[in-house]
Amino acid sequence: MPVSLAGSQLIYDALKGCGVTLISALPETWLVHLIRMAEEDPAMTLVRLAKEEEGVGISAGAHLAGVKSAMLMQNHGFLQSVNGIVSLARLYRIPLLMLISYRGEFGERDPWQTEGGGVTEAVLGALSIPWARLEEPGHVASRVRKAQTLAESSLKPVALLLCRDLMWEE
Amino acid sequence: MLRIDALKAIYGHLERCVVVTIMGATAAELQALGHRPNFFYLQHAMGLASSMGLGIALSRPELKVVVFDGDGSLLMNLGGLTTLARYRPRNLVHVVFDNESLLSVGGFPTATSTGSDLAAIAAAAGVPRTATVRELDEFVAAFEQALEANELTTLVAKVEAKGPAVFVTDLPLLENRFQFARYLKELARAESAP
Repeated sequence: MPVSLAGSQLIYDALKGCGVTLISALPETWLVHLIRMAEEDPAMTLVRLAKEEEGVGISAGAHLAGVKSAMLMQNHGFLQSVNGIVSLARLYRIPLLMLISYRGEFGERDPWQTEGGGVTEAVLGALSIPWARLEEPGHVASRVRKAQTLAESSLKPVALLLCRDLMWEE
Repeated sequence: MLRIDALKAIYGHLERCVVVTIMGATAAELQALGHRPNFFYLQHAMGLASSMGLGIALSRPELKVVVFDGDGSLLMNLGGLTTLARYRPRNLVHVVFDNESLLSVGGFPTATSTGSDLAAIAAAAGVPRTATVRELDEFVAAFEQALEANELTTLVAKVEAKGPAVFVTDLPLLENRFQFARYLKELARAESAP
């Protein structure tokens, strides 16, 4: 499976570097290595979800309890989570560090991913969620760290879009 | 059984717990009995109170977490029961006040009014301890056993579809949120002190 192990490792190390100790996740192809890394790390609490919106509640609980968390999901999972993001995270000023695999962008071969790809940035914009792309190894650590810093200081959701050039090796 | 009577009967136990409630009548009734800094009222995001309880329970295993859920809310996040069961935190007591209706928005009947059995669904999801209770003394006994059990419990309490006249209280959402987080932080500090 040509999901990038090196790209995944960079992201995982960056999350650890920010002090993240709880990750919620719903599997999708691009996230397989990241989820496995979390599973094999005894210092990480991995919560496998049935549906992505649960992750908003889990991260909210973790934050109020003093634990730094991150959410791993596909962009369709982000779309699925919108009410939780609005009526829990934003309403109650909860920081969320959302790592969203950006399917359906340029280069996407799966027809079923393309509609979600086309609306992801527009929905992030409509929700006023600051976001950045992770697409080159060189900026991963810095962008993850800065995203986590902004989430904690603003007490709001932030998003990192995990892009094809970082996550997929053709 | 009235939910307010059920809450009143166990109120004394809640001082030593961390409590997350759903919106509407449940939040208003608990506040009417007396707000405490260890109570958090999720006034929206229906379905996610149990997920919040899981996040707290996993993050702070030394705390006893009580979630006051409702049938309408739980029906919006049935998948979350499988996540609760998957991690089955021993420090989480999940109480579901089932009045078979969406009381706070006009009393429309939910699927529990036509036979959906939330305790059976929780058991089938893998929650190790489940029960349905209908009488107040039964509820109090089951709640106390759940607190003692040290095992994830979903306790469904069948209650009448009655609530307070108004749901808005004088506790702003963000005041509740920051007070609750500060309480949990100070508790951690007190416990780590020599």
